[in-house]
Amino acid sequence: MRKLLLIGLLGCVALGSAAQIDSTLLRRVPRKDTSGLLLNMDAIYNRPFLSVGKTPVAVGGYVEANWQRMTTDGVSEGHQFQMRRLTLFIASSINKRIRFLTEIEFEDGTKEINIEFASVDFEFHPLLNFRGGVVMNPIGAFNQNHDGPKWEFIDRPVSATQMLPATWSNVGFGVYGKKYRKDWVYAYEAYLTNGFDDSIISNDQNKTYLPATKLNRDRFEESFNGEPMITAKAAIRNKRIGELGLSYMGGVYNKFQSDGMVLDSKRRVDTWALDFNTTIRRTGTYITGEWAFVHVDVPETYTQQYGRNQMGGFMDIVQPIIRKSVFGFEQSVVNVSCRVEYTDWNRDAFIETGERIADDFFGIVPALSWRPFPTTVVRLNYRYNWQRDLVGNPASKTAGFQFGFSSYF
Amino acid sequence: MRFWIIIGVLFSVLSCEVFEPTVPADDEILDGPVPGLTAGETIQFQRGDVAFNDEIFTTRNGLGPYFVATSCGSCHPGDGKGHPFTTLTRFGQSDISGNQFLHQGGPQLQHRAIPGFTPEVLPNAPFARFTPPANTGLGYLDAISDAQILAMADPLDADGDGISGVPNWIDLKPYVTTRPNSIPMSGKYIGRFGKKGATYDLLQQTATAYNQDIGINSTFEPIDTYSGDAVDPEISDQTIHDVVFYLKTLKVPTPRVPDHDIELGRTVFENLNCSGCHKPQLQTGTSAISSLSDQPIAPYTDLLLHDMGPGLDDGYTEGSAATYEWRTPPLWGLGLSKNSQGGNYFLLHDGRARSIEEAILMHGGEATASKNAFSALSSQAKDQLIKFLESL
Repeated sequence: MRKLLLIGLLGCVALGSAAQIDSTLLRRVPRKDTSGLLLNMDAIYNRPFLSVGKTPVAVGGYVEANWQRMTTDGVSEGHQFQMRRLTLFIASSINKRIRFLTEIEFEDGTKEINIEFASVDFEFHPLLNFRGGVVMNPIGAFNQNHDGPKWEFIDRPVSATQMLPATWSNVGFGVYGKKYRKDWVYAYEAYLTNGFDDSIISNDQNKTYLPATKLNRDRFEESFNGEPMITAKAAIRNKRIGELGLSYMGGVYNKFQSDGMVLDSKRRVDTWALDFNTTIRRTGTYITGEWAFVHVDVPETYTQQYGRNQMGGFMDIVQPIIRKSVFGFEQSVVNVSCRVEYTDWNRDAFIETGERIADDFFGIVPALSWRPFPTTVVRLNYRYNWQRDLVGNPASKTAGFQFGFSSYF
Repeated sequence: MRFWIIIGVLFSVLSCEVFEPTVPADDEILDGPVPGLTAGETIQFQRGDVAFNDEIFTTRNGLGPYFVATSCGSCHPGDGKGHPFTTLTRFGQSDISGNQFLHQGGPQLQHRAIPGFTPEVLPNAPFARFTPPANTGLGYLDAISDAQILAMADPLDADGDGISGVPNWIDLKPYVTTRPNSIPMSGKYIGRFGKKGATYDLLQQTATAYNQDIGINSTFEPIDTYSGDAVDPEISDQTIHDVVFYLKTLKVPTPRVPDHDIELGRTVFENLNCSGCHKPQLQTGTSAISSLSDQPIAPYTDLLLHDMGPGLDDGYTEGSAATYEWRTPPLWGLGLSKNSQGGNYFLLHDGRARSIEEAILMHGGEATASKNAFSALSSQAKDQLIKFLESL
């Protein structure tokens, strides 16, 4: 009885508290750039934020959850309900030209908790900004612009997240800048950060796998080999044509010396990516894609299981088909979309036979999505993957449906 | 109303299995357990399956420093025959006096090494290359009694058919437990696994493969191939026993449904006396795994050594086998070899034969008469024979 009374009392307090919320305390931070010349590099700040009262701090985030039933070669793991991500952003204007932003991500519940971004930006000139902290290495477009609510597909592209290691951030410093000229914007970014480690060629994926480095918990504290990694990107956007980006990321990945003693030669990993996006004005069709190459200096006497060369990419085509009020959501848009993706994990040839190594992946994902509001998406995907092993045996096939939502908050 | 119709259609589509990849037909794949396992045995089979096919060895969990492959599954994709990428080189022995190159890394070359190490180089020694075999039905072969193997032996060719199979008599590893009703000879036992038949059982095969192929030491094989020292185990006994159980309980390949040509090919197979060595019918003895006990099987082997002639004599051997002698390889699952070898055939002990016909024509020694008879066949009869072999 006492418990019931306590619950009742707490309920009354809660109701009273709710009645005291002043909705004007939380206000949506207006978007500053309406030029139509936003680039992928602007994605980290181009998010819906809420500010609290008159404080210089804004908060935001997004959440993703889904159901899926996938089957591989006739064997299904049944119905899976997944809370893939809960991401929190906090931004702060320290000064008119000094600002801070952090992004903290909880993946698969609390299985992974990562600081994906935490940097302070100093603006000296539009062409010269300094950024330091945990930065997103600007390789490709997806790593810069990966928020779930922006995409019509539940799974992230394999080439961007497993060949390139999105989401991929490191401690370091760099500069970036932009130059506007009529309908054009030109931009650059360049960073020196910590880099990869030797797990990229020694991991439980049994293939060259750049994301393996993410398991190194010391990487935000110390460089694996003391050699900085360089990441640089140049991008250009025309208001009518679209955006094109060219990026590079590379550095030494192995521990070539220890306590001053040489263990091995310096071995490099080099990656290049080309990304683009455009909207066909007449039809409203949105097209985005990314294509990347990876080269790793794998020791000759190691195993060809770990490829020296990788290549892959994806292309998404999104076509709005309905723009009208649905269930009272006045800005509703329904899209049909399709993603095609390919990754060749190992582009080398067998020493023993001279034949090309297979080890590749092809996927196609038709999708239907409903955006009741621009920052919220409800998605229904059908995925079909073909994955071949190293020697090119008949492909393992995986397919199934996925349904879920992703929304900024 | 229209909304609910759309929702209904959507859920019908979502629940429709036609959109899911189907299970490959039983005669298209080699993996899967033998029928009749208990729940406990099934769980152990699955543990072994994961250890065999999914466990990847890296510098962090014991790979190397010398090695050939990074996992069991690398050498036996889908439990089938391996690709030249993981072909083994074994060296150092040319007669029954044993391996003279153990001090130089024998009996197996580890031609790969983790970064920072230099792999072994083949010394000037007799050697042979061995393509990894399929794992098909190994438990049934393990359960064949010594008496049945000896009954098929004909060392002096008493029946005059030109075929004189003999067992490979080998010394046992200290950790091996002999089978009940084993028939030793002068302290040696019949080996039945491996290209030369120099391995006694699947425990020896598994522990040796972890050690020699991946550089993983165990309590069974504790000597590190790099240092030559006994070192701490890098894999548990339980995992090794699980893998052994997995290998023992892998199903036999399901033969394709015979059509007229396949039946005619079977007759050709008999007429050429291929079945003199590739015995089509054997019977397992008693096994601790009840599913394997007293089962009729069709492995197309006699588990004996045969003289295969100078063309296949690489000058290297193991146990009591001569350099020109090879254990009859089972033919079951032959037709599925391409599905594990990247769409090609790499047949015979080292993968030198790129087709079944080529493999037949490379036979010599005791198989010379059969090979010559094959050469004399019409192309139609040859096709029927090959179709039969691919149906196994």
